[in-house]
Amino acid sequence: MHEWPMKVSVNGQSTEATVEPRLTLADYLRERCGLTGTHLGCEHGACGACTVLVDGQAMRSCLMFAVQADGCEVTTVEGVASGDGELSPVQEALRECHGLQCGFCTPGFVMSITALLRDNPTPTDEEIREGLSGNFCRCTGYQGIINAVHRAAENQA
Amino acid sequence: MKAAAFAYHRPDGVDEAVGLLAEYGDDAKVLAGGQSLVPMLAMRLTHFDNLIDISRITELVGIDARDNEIRIGAATPHAFVGMDDEVADSVPLLTLATPHIGHFQIRTRGTLGGAIAHADPAAEYAAVALALDAQMEAISPRGARDIPAAEFFSGLWENSMASDEILTAVRFPVWGSRSGFAVEEFARRHGDFAIAGAAVAVELDADARVSRCGIGLLGLGSTPLRGSPAEQAVIGRPVDDITADEVGRLAISALTDIPADLQGSAAYRAKVGATMVARAWKSATAEASDA
Repeated sequence: MHEWPMKVSVNGQSTEATVEPRLTLADYLRERCGLTGTHLGCEHGACGACTVLVDGQAMRSCLMFAVQADGCEVTTVEGVASGDGELSPVQEALRECHGLQCGFCTPGFVMSITALLRDNPTPTDEEIREGLSGNFCRCTGYQGIINAVHRAAENQA
Repeated sequence: MKAAAFAYHRPDGVDEAVGLLAEYGDDAKVLAGGQSLVPMLAMRLTHFDNLIDISRITELVGIDARDNEIRIGAATPHAFVGMDDEVADSVPLLTLATPHIGHFQIRTRGTLGGAIAHADPAAEYAAVALALDAQMEAISPRGARDIPAAEFFSGLWENSMASDEILTAVRFPVWGSRSGFAVEEFARRHGDFAIAGAAVAVELDADARVSRCGIGLLGLGSTPLRGSPAEQAVIGRPVDDITADEVGRLAISALTDIPADLQGSAAYRAKVGATMVARAWKSATAEASDA
């Protein structure tokens, strides 16, 4: 099958590649860009571990083919902290509130929470639960993550 | 969990997309948001030699308020529909249904037309289209045509469009001012496909009699369905004489094809379905009575 040329900006860096159309955006980020922070759990859109921002919107990178991101700006978990390595408010709050244990799901949570707080800087508990319902965590029991969203919202206020 | 190889096409306009679909026919599938199609490809439940990506065709994206109807382009993402003020004012059932669709990270990419064309029995927008008697706009090399929602859903993940037709837009009628709307569904986890659910629209006349009623059912057959016996039973009656339990019971009374799976038997789903209809009826009629 024919390959497609594509250009996509990843964390502000422009990347170019020729890809098989069936390559998912998640695999492009991990295997072509070496950005293995984006995790793949279920690979069918249920677990949320692969969530990234595409043109600012949180999306499942396993449910998009890389060619579909042609011309888009993608932000992964590697692009969230500042250049000198200082954690973003969301990352800092997750650390403070014990919002992670094994860390596998954390990149997806960071991206979802980042989008959630940008669109709704002071979410209610219910809005946080609804907003995070698309990300699975099998370690924490979620309470620490929800506390972290509240903490990040306070710190950003 | 990787899709098998396929050829990718990204047409710039509807005409080009129609041409590609005519050329490849059954060997091609339209890719919109891909939130159902991509997992099915990844799990290799299905395969197509050609995918025609319509998600960037700008003429397929947008929400248009017209006389007594709202026209929504097929490639308009769920998130746009859910946030649109015009939709919330004119076709509130869509606004109420949107938060039930997957998760917000799915709604940023999934499209209204994709969800309807995919025709999942638990698809919220499909049930809304049925309940409101929406019109589907389809185009092929033979020209454009309208397909009433009642004739659109033909089987599990099947619609009545020909293999060379593309869904371009859906027109939802705007109901009168004394109307009420509600969506209720039950799922094991938030964002899962509903075990059963209902979208209810009801309109009252000046004497508080039911003048119009549409009941869309989710997860209770191989397609989205209407609760026709309940709709017929309530027309013309004073709304205060009708009990929600009666509406729920009647809505599911003619179903013959209720699925059974690990999430529940057919009898269980029927019971949940009746309860969802009853709850939606209660809140829709309360809203209409106050309007």
